[in-house]
Amino acid sequence: MNSIKGLNRSTVLQYAVLIFLALIALGPIIVMFITSFKTQVDIMSSESMWVFQPTFDNYTHVFENKFDLFLRNSIIVSLASTVLSLLVAGMAAYALSRLEFPGRSPIAYFTLIIRMVPPAVLAIPIFILWLNWELFLFDLIDATPFLYEMDNPDPYLFAEGLVDGRIGLTLFYTALNLPFAIWLLIGFLRQIPTEIEEAAIVDGCSQWQVFTRIIFPLMRPGLAVAAIFTFRISWNEFLLALVLTDRNTRTLPVGITLFLTEQGVQWGRIMAMGTLIVIPPLVLTFVAARQIIAGMTAGAVKG
Amino acid sequence: MNSSFKIRQMRIAYLFLLPAIIIFLLGLVVPLINTFELSFNRLSMGSRWSDRDYVGLENYERMVEDDHVRSSVGVTLRFAAIVLVAELVIGMGLALLLEKPIKGAAVFRTIFILPLMVSPVAVGLIWRYLLDGRIGLINHYLGQIGIPAQTWLGEPGLAFFSIVITDIWQWTPFIFIILLAGLQALPSEVLEASRIDGANWWQMTFLIKVPMLRSILLVTVLMRLIDVFRALEVIFIMTFGGPGRSTQVMSLHIYKTAFTSQTLGYASTIAVVLMFIMLVLSLFLLLFSNPLKERADF
Repeated sequence: MNSIKGLNRSTVLQYAVLIFLALIALGPIIVMFITSFKTQVDIMSSESMWVFQPTFDNYTHVFENKFDLFLRNSIIVSLASTVLSLLVAGMAAYALSRLEFPGRSPIAYFTLIIRMVPPAVLAIPIFILWLNWELFLFDLIDATPFLYEMDNPDPYLFAEGLVDGRIGLTLFYTALNLPFAIWLLIGFLRQIPTEIEEAAIVDGCSQWQVFTRIIFPLMRPGLAVAAIFTFRISWNEFLLALVLTDRNTRTLPVGITLFLTEQGVQWGRIMAMGTLIVIPPLVLTFVAARQIIAGMTAGAVKG
Repeated sequence: MNSSFKIRQMRIAYLFLLPAIIIFLLGLVVPLINTFELSFNRLSMGSRWSDRDYVGLENYERMVEDDHVRSSVGVTLRFAAIVLVAELVIGMGLALLLEKPIKGAAVFRTIFILPLMVSPVAVGLIWRYLLDGRIGLINHYLGQIGIPAQTWLGEPGLAFFSIVITDIWQWTPFIFIILLAGLQALPSEVLEASRIDGANWWQMTFLIKVPMLRSILLVTVLMRLIDVFRALEVIFIMTFGGPGRSTQVMSLHIYKTAFTSQTLGYASTIAVVLMFIMLVLSLFLLLFSNPLKERADF
C-alpha cells in the first residue's frame, strides 16, 4: 500500500516514458525475432503482420547452409582475439599505470589516436598484405622443385592454410581492441592499492610473478568489462571479415549477407540467422549489463 | 629508490609493453604506413605490392576535381552533424527527464543498451526490412494513420533520413546512459546549495548541471564523432550508398573505390584525407577543453 501511495505523478510519468523508450529500443529486435518464424508468403502479405502460422523452415534452411562453419569461424576469431587482447592489454596497462618510465603519456595519447582508424582505411593495406603474403608463399613453392612436384600433401593447400583469414582477423581485431582495453584497464588498476605489490616485491616476487599472481587476478572485474567489449567488436565486425575471409573462413556477419541475393532478399532466412547472431551479445547484455555500462561510462565519466 | 632499480624497472616496463607494441605495429602502424605510401602510387586489384607505379601527386590532383569524393565528404559531414546534434539533444533531454533514481532503473538501462550490442550488420538488415517500401512495417503503420507508403530507401532525401533514424535508434542510448551516469555523479552539495539559493528548474539545468557536464559532453561527442566517421556497415547493408550517392559516406566511398572500382592507390588517397579530416575535427574539439589533460594523471 505504501509503495502505491508513494507513486506521485512525476514517477508515473517517468515510468511511462521509460516503457515507451524500452518499446522503441526493443521493437526492431522483436520484429526480427518474429519475422524469423514467418514463411516468405506471410512476410510478403501485410495482413499477417502479427497473426501467422509459425514455421521453423527458415532456421532449418540456415542450419543446412554452412551455419556451423560460419559459427565455428566466428567463435575461433572472437575467442582468440579476446584472449589475446586481455593478456596483451593487461600487461601494457600494468606497465603504463604502475611502472615509472619515460614515454608514458605519449603512449596513452597514441592509444587514443589509434582508435580513430576507420576499418575501411585498414581494409586496403590489409587486403594487399594478405594477398602478397599468399603470392609470396606460392612463389616460394614454385621455385622449389621438390615442393612444386609434390602432390600429397599439396603444398599449395598448406600455403593457403598459412594465409588463413582467421589468423589475420585475430591479429587485426586485437589491434583494434587494444586501445580501449588498455585505456579501460588502466582505470581499474588505479583503484588497486599498490601496497600489495610492494609487499610482494619485498617478499621476493619478481615483477612477472606480481603480474600473474597478484595483478591479473585483482584486475578481474576490469578484465570482464574489457572482454565483453572485445568480444562484441570481434563477433560483430563485418568489413575486415568481408575482405579477409573466403568460402571456408567466413564469419557469421559475412555469411548472413549471402542471403541478399540478386534474385531478391530472403527475409525469413536473414531474420533467422540474424536472430542467431544476436543471441550471444544479447545474453551477455542481460548477464553483464552492469559491466557494460561501467565500460561505457568509464571513458567519459570517471576517466 | 636507487637508480639501478629504476633502470631495471624501466626495462621491465618496456618488456610488458612489447607485445602490445608488436601487435600495434603489425596490425595498425604498418598497414597505415602502407596506405600513406600507396596514396602516391597506382595499384590495381590483384597486382602485387611490388607492381605499384609511383605517380607522385597524381591521385591527390585527381581527387581535388573528383565530384564523387566531394559529395562523399559532404554526405559524411552532414550525416555526422545531424546525428550528433539529434542524439545529443534527445540523449540529454532524456537524461534530464529521467535522472531521478527509481525502482527498476537497472532493467530499463539493460534494455536500452541492447541496440548497442546488436551487430551493425543485423541493425542494417532489420531496418532495411522495417523501411522496405512494399513489405515494411513502417509503411504498414503509417498507412493505418493515413500516410501514403514511401519508398524510404529508394529516394535520395528519404534514404538519407532513413540512415539518420537508424543511427539515432542505435546510438542515442549510448549518449543517454553516459549523460545519466554523469548527472547522477554530480556533487549533491552544489545542487543542494543552488536549490537553497532559489534556483528554478531552468537555472539548475542550464546554468549548473549542463556546464558541469561539459567535460563529459566533450568526450562523448569526440567518441561518437570518431565512430560516425569509422562506421559504414549499417549504410553498406541498408543502401550501399544509394540511391545515387545520397548516402555514400567517405568510408563507403573508400571501400567502393578500392574493391568495386579496384583502384587501390586512389582509394588510399581518399583514406588519407578521411584520416586527416578526423584528426582535424578531433583536435578542434580537444581545443575547446582538453578532457585528456584533466585526466592526464594516468
